[in-house]
Amino acid sequence: MTWFETLGAMLSSPLMQRALIAAVLVGAAAPVVGTFLVQRRLALMGDGLGHVALTGVALGWLVGTWAGLVPQDALAIPGAVVAALIGSVAIEWVRARGRTSGDLALALMFYGGIAGGVLLIKLAGGTNANLVSYLFGSISTVSTGDLWWTAGLAVGVLLVGLGLRHVLFAVSHDEEFARGSGLPVTALNMVVAAMSALTVTIAMRVVGLLLVSALMIVPVAVAQLVVGSFSRVMALASGIGVAVSVVGLSITYWEDIPPGATIVLLAIGLYALAAVTRPLLTRRGAGDAPHDPHPELPDDVALPVVGAGPGAADCRPGAPGGATR
Amino acid sequence: MLVTDTTAAEPAVLATGVDVVLGGHQILSGVDLRVERGEVVALLGANGSGKSTLVRALLGIAPRTAGEVRLLGGALGNGVPWERVGYVPQRLPAGGGVPATALEVVMSGLVHGRTLRPPRDARKRALAALDEVGMAAHARRSVLQMSGGQQQRVLIARALVRRPDLLVLDEPTSGIDLPTQETFVATVRRLHEQGGTVLVILHELGSFAGLIDRAVALRHGRVVYDGPPPDPRGEHAGPGHEHTHPHADPPPPDPGTGLSMEVLP
Ligand SMILES: Nc1ncnc2c1ncn2[C@@H]1O[C@H](COP(=O)(O)OP(=O)(O)OP(=O)(O)O)[C@@H](O)[C@H]1O
Ligand SMILES: [Mg+2]
Repeated sequence: MTWFETLGAMLSSPLMQRALIAAVLVGAAAPVVGTFLVQRRLALMGDGLGHVALTGVALGWLVGTWAGLVPQDALAIPGAVVAALIGSVAIEWVRARGRTSGDLALALMFYGGIAGGVLLIKLAGGTNANLVSYLFGSISTVSTGDLWWTAGLAVGVLLVGLGLRHVLFAVSHDEEFARGSGLPVTALNMVVAAMSALTVTIAMRVVGLLLVSALMIVPVAVAQLVVGSFSRVMALASGIGVAVSVVGLSITYWEDIPPGATIVLLAIGLYALAAVTRPLLTRRGAGDAPHDPHPELPDDVALPVVGAGPGAADCRPGAPGGATR
Repeated sequence: MLVTDTTAAEPAVLATGVDVVLGGHQILSGVDLRVERGEVVALLGANGSGKSTLVRALLGIAPRTAGEVRLLGGALGNGVPWERVGYVPQRLPAGGGVPATALEVVMSGLVHGRTLRPPRDARKRALAALDEVGMAAHARRSVLQMSGGQQQRVLIARALVRRPDLLVLDEPTSGIDLPTQETFVATVRRLHEQGGTVLVILHELGSFAGLIDRAVALRHGRVVYDGPPPDPRGEHAGPGHEHTHPHADPPPPDPGTGLSMEVLP
């Protein structure tokens, strides 16, 4: 089989089609939310919520068992959504009451989430092995129903994140100023937290709960090495998210390796590449737009400059390529 | 517009009995403040006297434990016409993990309690505001890479971009070179001439001297003076001023206050 035929075979497999659609949507949405989280220095929020979502998965399983549902984990995703949403509101609530304890709340969630998940799955008659597919992702198990969930939530997260990007930027960049502008800061923070919670649950199937946060954060880390504005970081990170998800998933079609880990390692590889080539990139960038780090401004005080007339300021050496005045 | 006319009678800032407790300490106790429309009021006081806290309480940033605040005729909260209030904080927050350009920071001034989406001409207005503070050439640079004074100018542009009727400034000219201070004061004067109200925290009247209608001084979180602006230090340098300093002079008052409030009426 030629390379081209293999690609055709991959794209015509319904399982792979579903997985790819999920990967594109999750890859695009997760870094958008991640940009706001990194901006607010809450990069670990996604991790905390991922752990809480595990309890939700187990809880959904438990309820499913009680109700005698046929696939026992039919309620796993709804359970994860509910638990992560409650967790996100709780984090914001604690944060709003005092900055220092936000950290502690996150730690409590980490441990409480894992312990709760392990305990509840036992009560539900499952084993820890059942949780592993949620912890590390199992995109091959994406059903059509899961796909609808994922697609709907991802599109919702993207629409809210992009539609409210100006106001969410304002709140994430300078919370005090936003409050002093009459913005509903606590409500908007909860919107970001809720978006994180939903992203965690949709990305759970693709990369797994333990690696969810990586898909939200690592593309942002790469993008901010390369571009220098908030909107460009968000756009580039989203593109990187799609690229690593699609490429990572495609690799797993040929090689029997876990998709979640592959996607995350690809993203981290990109980070390393960007970090190494950054000096080259910035040098070229500086050549594109010359700017004098010491712009010509009149001095505050009359400086006695020896041997210079009134036009002394013009004698200052400009930046390479000519200073703009 | 009838609505504007009826509210125009109300002062621009009306605070009564404001108490603020931060970290278990009473920072402000029973502060009353009234700023009429079109007035330029300086808020004075030593470091830690509660000036920033008062301004933050007026804008709803610092939580009040008691007291009422009305801005431009509306009770703090949804009643305030936020699109007409501009605020320049004392400093930029430490900054998040994602770079933000000056243009983006200034555009964030265009979303407020009345609109969650910026207007169509947001970019143009933000560039104009940056131009007003002489930062147009830096519009696409990250604010985190800027000097303190440049950052301060971006913060001023973020307040001006709303074309505010009430401008609240927390030491706007600290760390800014004299020519920029003068352009900024000229901008504030223009705003004032168009009927705008300004509440400004200052340590020394400096470039603002000719503009101030009234001064309010705080000490230990209470208003200790409210009246005409104290004579600027320039008087000392005036030709009619006698410089006689016998050696028995008591040490000069703390230069941090810049003012000797006690001797004033
Ligand atoms: N978040 C806080 N928690 C506890 N105390 C605070 C907090 N913020 C301010 N304070 C205290 O409140 C007092 C007043 O602070 P404020 O910033 O209002 O002073 P200021 O008059 O603006 O001083 P400066 O001239 O230095 O700007 C200070 O003693 C300060 O330590
Ligand atoms: Mg202050």
